[in-house]
Amino acid sequence: MNANFTIPRFRLPAFVASLGHKLPQWPHTLALVAALNAALKMKLLPESELLLLEDKLFRVRVNDTGGEASYTYRNGMFRPVFRPTREPDLAFAANLSAYLQLLARQEDPDTLFFNRELEITGDTELGLIVKNMLDAIELPRLPRLPLTSH
Amino acid sequence: MSPLPDLICPAGSLPALKAAVDNGADAVYLGYKNDTNARNFAGLNFDTKTMADGIRYAHGKGREVLLAINTFAQAGRVADWQKAVDAAVDQGVDAIILADVGLLDYARNRHPQQRLHLSVQGSATSYEAINFCQREFGVRRAVLPRVLTLAQVEHVIKNTTVEIEVFGFGSLCVMNEGRCWLSSYACGESPNTVGACSPAKYVKWDKQPGRMDTRLNGVLIDRFGDDEPAGYPTLCKGRFEVQGETYYALEEPTSLNVLPILPDIIKIGVRAIKVEGRQRSPAYVTQVTRTLRAALDALKDGGERYHVKPAWQAELAKVSEGSQATLGAYNRPWR
Repeated sequence: MNANFTIPRFRLPAFVASLGHKLPQWPHTLALVAALNAALKMKLLPESELLLLEDKLFRVRVNDTGGEASYTYRNGMFRPVFRPTREPDLAFAANLSAYLQLLARQEDPDTLFFNRELEITGDTELGLIVKNMLDAIELPRLPRLPLTSH
Repeated sequence: MSPLPDLICPAGSLPALKAAVDNGADAVYLGYKNDTNARNFAGLNFDTKTMADGIRYAHGKGREVLLAINTFAQAGRVADWQKAVDAAVDQGVDAIILADVGLLDYARNRHPQQRLHLSVQGSATSYEAINFCQREFGVRRAVLPRVLTLAQVEHVIKNTTVEIEVFGFGSLCVMNEGRCWLSSYACGESPNTVGACSPAKYVKWDKQPGRMDTRLNGVLIDRFGDDEPAGYPTLCKGRFEVQGETYYALEEPTSLNVLPILPDIIKIGVRAIKVEGRQRSPAYVTQVTRTLRAALDALKDGGERYHVKPAWQAELAKVSEGSQATLGAYNRPWR
């Protein structure tokens, strides 16, 4: 990938969300949980902080796709929760572009929060733990492909 | 033209430290994972191992590591703060940033070779206070509170041989640094007691139709419309009803940005420029370090043609609290 590539701020058209609400939520929930468990397996997440996530219910909502995923952390694994029976301990809501910018470490969550592009509700301290845990992950440096180096 | 000041950038994690070093910081500042520093937030900061990794990384690239032990030792637990000082010396940090005069005295006597900086939390705004810390504790640099005008900063520099560090970018608060108890008023805890202002466990963002309420320990401190920029949930940046009017009575959510007066800051002999934000992510550290490095480098050759690039301002405005920036006290008319 080009080092100068940046993810633009965008918002998907409203019909995507109205369609998304009607689609099953399990495929992306499973994908998210699988990604988190992969990070666990790679020992990217510190154990001392993981203990603080035990039995907490999380919800990630993507406003402009109409998708949402609920999951919990129990006995050393992230697990999907398909039919949450209570309000989440911590909930994030943002458009897809904001999540992509966060994942690419292109934008800081505080920036998105100040600009009202990221909504955090529930247990604020839990939110801070999750945020700081993700920030502290050392992303593996991807090898440069011969084709993209000049 | 005076030599360029050092650019001192924040690191709340190892990736943030690397981001600062890779994007042109001359030094990074950081803290241990406990209440010996004023950014004692859950999941943030360094343990002995990550600190060692960070020091190795920074030193490997010829940059300095400054360790903040900038809270005040609490009664009955003074040894915890002294141990932090000892550990920092053992780990080989380039300087320790201290606020507590008792700890300054301890560090001076126990580790006479260790370079010591006076923290902004030490609240020294006059050259008399700074020269006292030099005479008594051998302080080599002082970080000035963000309440002085540029003329006052110059006056301090002219009357001391202690290096002067000032803030160049970052969130502003009411800036009664090292003496502020506002957070304790709402939740019984403040930077001086637990190392954190408005600790997250007391903060509640309450989403209502068309607005968001911010509560600190149950106390409503602000209410944002859906399109209004937000700020940190501190009392000093809350909106209050004063004589029938509701407004930011103490301080607006805003960030300091000195780019427009950078040549003046250099001209008066400031030795280092600090960026606030150890609580922020590596993305912020990258953006702010890169921008300030570019601005400083533009002044390298005398800076006759220095002008603030719109792209720099846009980058900094984006990451600013409340999405707005100010020159803070530097250009205020008060004396």
